[in-house]
Amino acid sequence: MEEKATKVYWKGLDELSNSPEFVKHAHNEFGQPPAPEDDLGHSRRDFLKMMGFGVAAVSLAACEAPVRKAIPYVDKPLDVDPSLPNYYASTYTNGGDYCSIVVKVREGRPIKVDGNKLSGVTKGGTSAQVEASVLSLYDNSRLRAPRVGETKSASWEVLDQMVIDKLGAIRVSNGKIAIVSNTVLSPSTKAIIEKFKAKYPTTEHIQYDQVSMYGMLKANEESFGKAMIPSYDFSKANIIVSVAADFLCTWLSPIEFTKQYAQTREVSEEKRDMSRHYHFEAGMTLTGANADHRIQIKPSEEGAVVVQLYNLLAAKAGRSSVAGGIDKPFLAKAADELWENRGKSLVVAGSNDKAVQVVVNAINDMLGNYGSTILPHIPVNYRQGNDEAMINFINDADAGNVAGVIFYNCNPVYDHPMGEKLAGALKKVGLKISTAYKEDETGVECEYLAPDHHYLEAWNDAEPKKNHYSVAQPAISPIFKTRAAQESFLIWAGETNVDYYEILIDNWKTWFFKGGNLRAWWDKCLYDGVLELPVESSSVSFAGNVESAANTIASVKSNGIELFVYENGTVGNGSQANNPLLQELPDPITKAVWEHYVTVSPADAKEINFSEAKTKYASITANGKTVKLPVLVQPGQTPGTIGIPLGYGRTRAGKVADGIGVNAYPFASVVNGSWSFVATGATMQMLDERYWLATTQTNQTYMKRATVIQETVLSEFKNDPGAGRYRPKVATWKDPNHKVEPGKLSMWKGHDYKNHHWGMAIDLNTCIGCGACVVACNVENNVHLVGRQEVINRREMHWLRIDRYYSTNADVHDLKGLEKAAENPEVVFQPMLCQHCNNAPCETVCPVAATTHSTEGLNQMTYNRCIGTRYCANNCPYKVRRFNWFKYHDNRQFEQVNPAMNTSLGKMVLNPDVTVRSRGVMEKCSFCVQRIQQGKLQAKKEKRPLKDGEIITACQAACSTGAIVFGDVNDPESRISKLLQISPADENRPYGIDKKTGNPRAYQVLEEVGVKPNIWYLTKVRNKEEVKA
Amino acid sequence: MIKFSPPLVSKVILALILVCFFSPGFAQDIPTDAAIIAEGESLFNANCKTCHRVHQKLVGPALENVYNRAPSIDWIKAFIRNSAAVIASGDEYAVKLYNDYGKTQMTAFTGLKDEQIMAILAYVQDETKKGPPVAATTPAASADGGAQGVPPAYLNAILLGMVIILVLLVVILGFLVSALKRFLDQKSLSEEEREIVHSPITIGSITRSPGFAFLVVFIVVSLGFKAVINGLYSIGVQQGYAPKQPIAFSHKLHAGAYEIDCKYCHVGTLKGKSATIPSVNICMNCHSAVKTESPQIQKLWAAADWQPETKTYGPNQKPIEWVRIHNLPDLAYFNHAQHVVVGGIECQTCHGPIETMDVVKQYSLLTMGWCIDCHRKTDVNSKGNAYYDKLVELHNAASKQPMKVEDIGGLECAKCHY
Repeated sequence: MEEKATKVYWKGLDELSNSPEFVKHAHNEFGQPPAPEDDLGHSRRDFLKMMGFGVAAVSLAACEAPVRKAIPYVDKPLDVDPSLPNYYASTYTNGGDYCSIVVKVREGRPIKVDGNKLSGVTKGGTSAQVEASVLSLYDNSRLRAPRVGETKSASWEVLDQMVIDKLGAIRVSNGKIAIVSNTVLSPSTKAIIEKFKAKYPTTEHIQYDQVSMYGMLKANEESFGKAMIPSYDFSKANIIVSVAADFLCTWLSPIEFTKQYAQTREVSEEKRDMSRHYHFEAGMTLTGANADHRIQIKPSEEGAVVVQLYNLLAAKAGRSSVAGGIDKPFLAKAADELWENRGKSLVVAGSNDKAVQVVVNAINDMLGNYGSTILPHIPVNYRQGNDEAMINFINDADAGNVAGVIFYNCNPVYDHPMGEKLAGALKKVGLKISTAYKEDETGVECEYLAPDHHYLEAWNDAEPKKNHYSVAQPAISPIFKTRAAQESFLIWAGETNVDYYEILIDNWKTWFFKGGNLRAWWDKCLYDGVLELPVESSSVSFAGNVESAANTIASVKSNGIELFVYENGTVGNGSQANNPLLQELPDPITKAVWEHYVTVSPADAKEINFSEAKTKYASITANGKTVKLPVLVQPGQTPGTIGIPLGYGRTRAGKVADGIGVNAYPFASVVNGSWSFVATGATMQMLDERYWLATTQTNQTYMKRATVIQETVLSEFKNDPGAGRYRPKVATWKDPNHKVEPGKLSMWKGHDYKNHHWGMAIDLNTCIGCGACVVACNVENNVHLVGRQEVINRREMHWLRIDRYYSTNADVHDLKGLEKAAENPEVVFQPMLCQHCNNAPCETVCPVAATTHSTEGLNQMTYNRCIGTRYCANNCPYKVRRFNWFKYHDNRQFEQVNPAMNTSLGKMVLNPDVTVRSRGVMEKCSFCVQRIQQGKLQAKKEKRPLKDGEIITACQAACSTGAIVFGDVNDPESRISKLLQISPADENRPYGIDKKTGNPRAYQVLEEVGVKPNIWYLTKVRNKEEVKA
Repeated sequence: MIKFSPPLVSKVILALILVCFFSPGFAQDIPTDAAIIAEGESLFNANCKTCHRVHQKLVGPALENVYNRAPSIDWIKAFIRNSAAVIASGDEYAVKLYNDYGKTQMTAFTGLKDEQIMAILAYVQDETKKGPPVAATTPAASADGGAQGVPPAYLNAILLGMVIILVLLVVILGFLVSALKRFLDQKSLSEEEREIVHSPITIGSITRSPGFAFLVVFIVVSLGFKAVINGLYSIGVQQGYAPKQPIAFSHKLHAGAYEIDCKYCHVGTLKGKSATIPSVNICMNCHSAVKTESPQIQKLWAAADWQPETKTYGPNQKPIEWVRIHNLPDLAYFNHAQHVVVGGIECQTCHGPIETMDVVKQYSLLTMGWCIDCHRKTDVNSKGNAYYDKLVELHNAASKQPMKVEDIGGLECAKCHY
């Protein structure tokens, strides 16, 4: 068998350099428990074990089953049926982050969050954070009741009376009151804050965002006369240039953009064109990893790159150029293509510097993108934070000029760069109230804790964009004695009508209802979860001052090591850091879990000489602050820069997050009136302290089988949609010349799937590797979380992982070339799950037939039959079987990392239709068999054939880009059959396992092994200039 | 083979005697036309059956002989149309009836015409004449025995015959031995040979023989082994489990005597996995008025915190903690709707003659073997269900046997374990 290795793929630098550590573990999929030190003869322990077993056996024979109770409702609610789920449309909001969702509720408990397809904003997409948020509802560190001072709990009446008295005193003395919050998306909440202000006229509402976009608001104010952020439509852009805007993961509205972006990346035989994406950035982000051309720059060069692009375009447009600019590879080419695609292109920048954004606005204006890819008439409300107002507030408080402050669901002591100063300043404030749902870093400084509901318990509304409204309805009655913050505001303002639900309906009625049956209209709003009204189109004219902006940019100088702090794709800004689903979700790029680290480029790391997993601590100093973090070598990072993720270093988030890493917010500094998350002139000192990073990236390996990823470039794809495909041929004794397709050879007779034949297609071109599917899978299938040490032991339990491969065009044997290539590799993501092989190698080696094949093509895993030999995992070419080394549920050892299975509150999130696995058994992806069974039953009950699309797996439901398609390949009308152009390989055996795919992009991973998987991948196509290797 | 149990026989005799006694007293003006009786039956079923039976006291009195018992036919008509008015008028019979039946007022059937009431009475008279349904359950009971193959009586006869044959064999063998001995005695045998021929067969000699020792040890070990295996298999198997419930609810009364449909209370069977033990509000549909004085019903009221004056549930509700009888392990998934709605299986197939149980017991084994066994034997209820069309077509093309659950993957692990 021969493989043509045109490209080198590797998962981590360990693998690339083939380090001894990597080689040692490559054959060892799971970490092994340490061997017993002395196993000669029978020991006292053996005797005790035998005795113990004997006693257990005797007592087992005498035992009786415990009495179990069945407790029905007294007065059963009409729409609740035990064992059947209910679905409620609602809205996820976390500060300015927004997603329209559908909540799955079983017996009154929300157990899963899915995207809402009826929303015109998020269009059914979700993110890892949205998927994980259901577990935050059952967070043990939540406040159980309101609290006053040091008392453990207080009644709402007592708290209200004390707060009203104090507020009254402040009003008499004309003291200043501040309501501090993150971006508030809810118009009804804002109306209530206005009512509060009417009662206490000295009140100021200050909004801030953890990662601010204030610079953009100001730039738009200067450019168009209005401080707003427009809607973006990536789906109309042929050329996308992003200067450090991580729009697929963290920037502005990633769920929305992901969907739009994927539309431009879809290719097929009919649509042989896709967008081209240039990305300029320092650290490797998810968006950069998906770009066609990723160009390394330093954070200080962001402005200069934008100016250079402006000048290149200005030359074409006949405008005068401005001062400054820096030349970078591909910039001129990008400018050419942008100019060719005027009105069908988009330039975005992640900088929070007003000057940079003004130039970006000027570029988009020059390209005529306003009105096509940028929609200024539909401003978005995701980021309304005002950096100056917040800084003024903190300084005011520090000066003793603030009499009262209400922190409305925000935590600035932790997540504002001046948090430390705020904590000190709060000692000078008389009245301090926090409505956060836990006693966080800010709450601990407050005397009054008036906990708000979790968003899944509360009524609310949101206006993510102009005239796009969204309603949130409670999916569970409040678990604890919490109260809607809106009601708290109203009570403190002395209002009599304080029922937020009634106020909400009233508001909607006043604002949007246009006659007819109010009840029916409101029910429709609730059912849809969204209400979208037309927006009048209007045009804008650019009036920004590019020259002065360029001058401001030119004054930015690089200085020493540049440190940037950034939101990663897991814990993000840290507000949900106590969610173990996010902590154990491997970072899309670094694949680290439960870790906080500083990323360093390979070139810089070479001087320090260490391997990727076993690393050392470094001491980093910037902005007068010093932290100690382990070093993580990040291919693709610009030399001379270091990066630290935000969201770690929580001290009062709860058991899960506390103590992981350090708080990186204080590294931000004010530049040009807004927060800049870059610190120049940083120093890094290596410490002689070893550390082992928990990463999953090399935990499973394919032993250098390089054709796992099959990719091509667009120019080749246009000529041949099958470009990049590797079509393996094997040798047989009859034909030693490697001419036989591996699918033709089989020892088995094969199966017949007379009814359904479940299959899946995964498009590598639209998969962006965000990890929402991984979290969705964990929640749907009660997958155990195991914690940092067990991940280091290579025992993570995820059924679905996203393999992130770096690749280079260099020759495999050219070591120098490889090293160079590792500096800025290409990245490809591949979701890897059980392939449900038709000739499954795991099935044949199981001594107890615990893993078997179904008549629908599923590879079934029967936990109660498994005896844990792990032969199946050893025989699995895809390394997707996971073994339960411990009992992860009801085990105090894992209470901290796996609360969903160890605390009575956490257990409420478990899916009752999926077994919680115990120690000693193997487990793996089941293709969400519980959903398949449920869907089939529904069809049978209604006496009709199953409809395509009725059954979707959890990963498919979570995928914003639609990269995952699941369905019945026996049904010629199904979406998957049409996508893959499936037909039976043997006309005489239409229901056999062998299916032909007509889609030239479709391939099966490790086809040459001949296991005949039921998952097809579609080749990755890069829209890049061919690089001659 | 129909067997009459003694109580049933006596009931039949009693009923016959009753019929003989009372038949001359039937009112003459009630029609006896078959068509009118049939109309009366449907009217009775539609309007009266919820609270009345002919031969049984339910919410209201048993109606047999009501036309002789009540003051007059006109009185009956008046009472049916508006019982409250009759009671309010101070009618002695009506007031007594009202007080005897827990002051439950009968629904007013103002819409019933004279002929209709007469038709109902005609049906009641007809039923009264027929007497209580006596032998209705006997054929069902015997059918069960008949279905088992060879009846036990035959088995006994066969066993007896075999014992007789064996005894005969022993006797014949005895004769043979003595005949052979006599034959050998006539020959000249050495002393040793003679000893062998005449060696006495004592119990001692048998018990000391190695063959016997082996046999005994083998039997003891085998029985012991089997007992252990059986014991291990029975762990967690609770067949016959009939715990005491917090409320002495009788299925015999509700499902048996009153023929209330199982699915009226166990609503979940039609919808999903769980059959659901009825919530208290389902019980209260009837028991807010029926049998309210019973201490068992009082428990129900206490659970719902029922306020009889306002007819509402109070704030101090306390759910009833029923003891779960059918306990499947968590690793097994079972769905009632699949079996009842799709499969069309009767409740009794798994739960046994529930309508005869005062205290419910676990009728079936509920082991995996039991499930599998049924999936092997049962035909798929595919008729009229388009979901199965393709499967049936393919199955019929390949086989003449009916399509069993097994044939469409009913034995696969992931049908129940995931």
